[in-house]
Amino acid sequence: MIYREAGEFKTSYQKDQAILSIRQDNWFMWAIMAIAFLVIPVISSEYWLGTIMLPFLILSLAALGLNVLTGYAGQLSLGTGGFMATGAFAAYKIAIAFPELHIVVVMLMSGLIAAGVGILFGIPSLRIKGFYLAVATLASQFFLIWMFNKFGWFTNYSSSGVISAPPMTVFGDNFVTGPYATPVAKYLFTLSLVVFFALMTKNLVRSNIGREWMAVRDMDIAAEIIGIKMLPTKLKAFAYSSFLCGIAGALWAFVHTGSVEPLAFDVNRSFQILFMIIIGGLGSIMGAFLGAAFIVLLPIFLSNAPAMFGFNISVDLISHIEFMVFGALIIFFLIVEPHGLARLWQILKEKLRLWPFPY
Amino acid sequence: MYERNIGEVVLEVKNISLSFGAMRVLNNISFNVRQGEIRSIIGPNGAGKSSMLNVLNGFYHPQEGTITYRGETRSQMKVHKAAEQGIARTFQNIALFKGMSTLDNIMTGRNLKIKANILQQAIYWGKAQREEIEHRKKVEGIIDFLEIQAIRKTPVGRLPYGMQKRVELGRALAAEPEILLLDEPMAGMNVEEKEDMSRFVLDINDEFGTTIILIEHDMGVVMDLSDRVIVLDYGLQLADGSPDEVRSNQKVIDAYLGVAH
Repeated sequence: MIYREAGEFKTSYQKDQAILSIRQDNWFMWAIMAIAFLVIPVISSEYWLGTIMLPFLILSLAALGLNVLTGYAGQLSLGTGGFMATGAFAAYKIAIAFPELHIVVVMLMSGLIAAGVGILFGIPSLRIKGFYLAVATLASQFFLIWMFNKFGWFTNYSSSGVISAPPMTVFGDNFVTGPYATPVAKYLFTLSLVVFFALMTKNLVRSNIGREWMAVRDMDIAAEIIGIKMLPTKLKAFAYSSFLCGIAGALWAFVHTGSVEPLAFDVNRSFQILFMIIIGGLGSIMGAFLGAAFIVLLPIFLSNAPAMFGFNISVDLISHIEFMVFGALIIFFLIVEPHGLARLWQILKEKLRLWPFPY
Repeated sequence: MYERNIGEVVLEVKNISLSFGAMRVLNNISFNVRQGEIRSIIGPNGAGKSSMLNVLNGFYHPQEGTITYRGETRSQMKVHKAAEQGIARTFQNIALFKGMSTLDNIMTGRNLKIKANILQQAIYWGKAQREEIEHRKKVEGIIDFLEIQAIRKTPVGRLPYGMQKRVELGRALAAEPEILLLDEPMAGMNVEEKEDMSRFVLDINDEFGTTIILIEHDMGVVMDLSDRVIVLDYGLQLADGSPDEVRSNQKVIDAYLGVAH
């Protein structure tokens, strides 16, 4: 009744090719945007913005990056953490060397540097596929983290190996990094970047380059025979994916934690982001966000749930229960829908089209 | 019989030999293909028909022999070069992009014609969008031609076999090829589907003037559609000529029906 496309006629290819071609989807998206930009900053506490929404958004961006590579182009990667670290350290070096640069420029440049590193580690993908490629990218993960720990140049010879991000503003006195930054400013800055890049990514995957990526993923021999060149196509996927991961890493270090440390980008981070896109849905923009929400928000909800419902359970018991329930939920969702939460959402929409008269 | 519009020789294959290790798959094969004709390759299973197509679009590299195409003589084709020079093909086992819709599959067939760079595509404004719409129009033309309007947005993995074959033909057509290599386009189809597919092959040849190289097991189809037929058996070329000549060739009869010992 509410959600249906009957009676909506598209009279041009432009309208048919729109991202959200159904009117209700459009309204829904604008509603989410309005809530994200206007409602959440007003109603949320500093704790919510700083420790929940911020990591959720940044990891969504990284998941988006990995989803381009793994979900769309079909190249399994475990190097996400390494590419994030590259972005973080690149941002630090650039911000220190050129303090007059605007933070958005710093972010973009660090993304580009990460993209370059991504291309370098993507070269083996021409010969190696599937799990073997995952292992090859794992090498990049360990190598990059080792490199940032080993050479003092990256940390400007700081004795602890941990360096703090310089305070930077978007405009005027609106600090988004450093001690004067407010959680609201940080949140809005990160949200803007994430929304912008989500839109860019959506545009890419519905254009020719996106179709080439999916062609390589689905049937590489046929892709080659219709004229798609393997190496450039795969390397573009590596470059764009690492670009997003690099920006996510820079945001994590600058905006979220305020300090650049390799430990934040170890192999666990790579796995975490891989799980996000598997649970969220491979090859879906929505999936990256749903997966990040699942992995970031659910543990927080689980650890607070007993208190919310008035149960009085000791803290360490809660944390054990949290792990068990979390693991069980992952298995549950993967059995119910191996194609991820985004697919569940799709099915829900298909059912809603017929509701309440499903015949 | 309608009037055939057959021109000069466009593709010439001379003394092609291909082996994998000790196995000789193609042995000294020579033939030519004229502009606008339907050229069939027939032969029993394992005769080397598909290998011959793979040689033509650069997927296999023959050890001996030359291929002359567009006035250029070379010992082997390169895969993407063949695509750029207008050789498209379909596969015996369907090789579609399963996760993509019919529309996207056929759009992908036009990838070589899209010129917008990655930045323009990311912004999806101006050139990139204009190109998407322009190519969409062309693709819709192909969809109408193949009568697959109803499955435009369906993921091809969900389509029945006959439809998948049709979508694959559409993807090959999207490249606007000069030579179309069809590897058993009618395998596993019922009579009606075969009739449809035969009609498409003839229409493609007639309307677009596309040269077609066809591999097919259904002798009725081959003899009706082809202008000239090559017969292969165990990598050897048994005969080459018009359907009538081939039909009456003693070697061909022996290969297909067996010889009394």
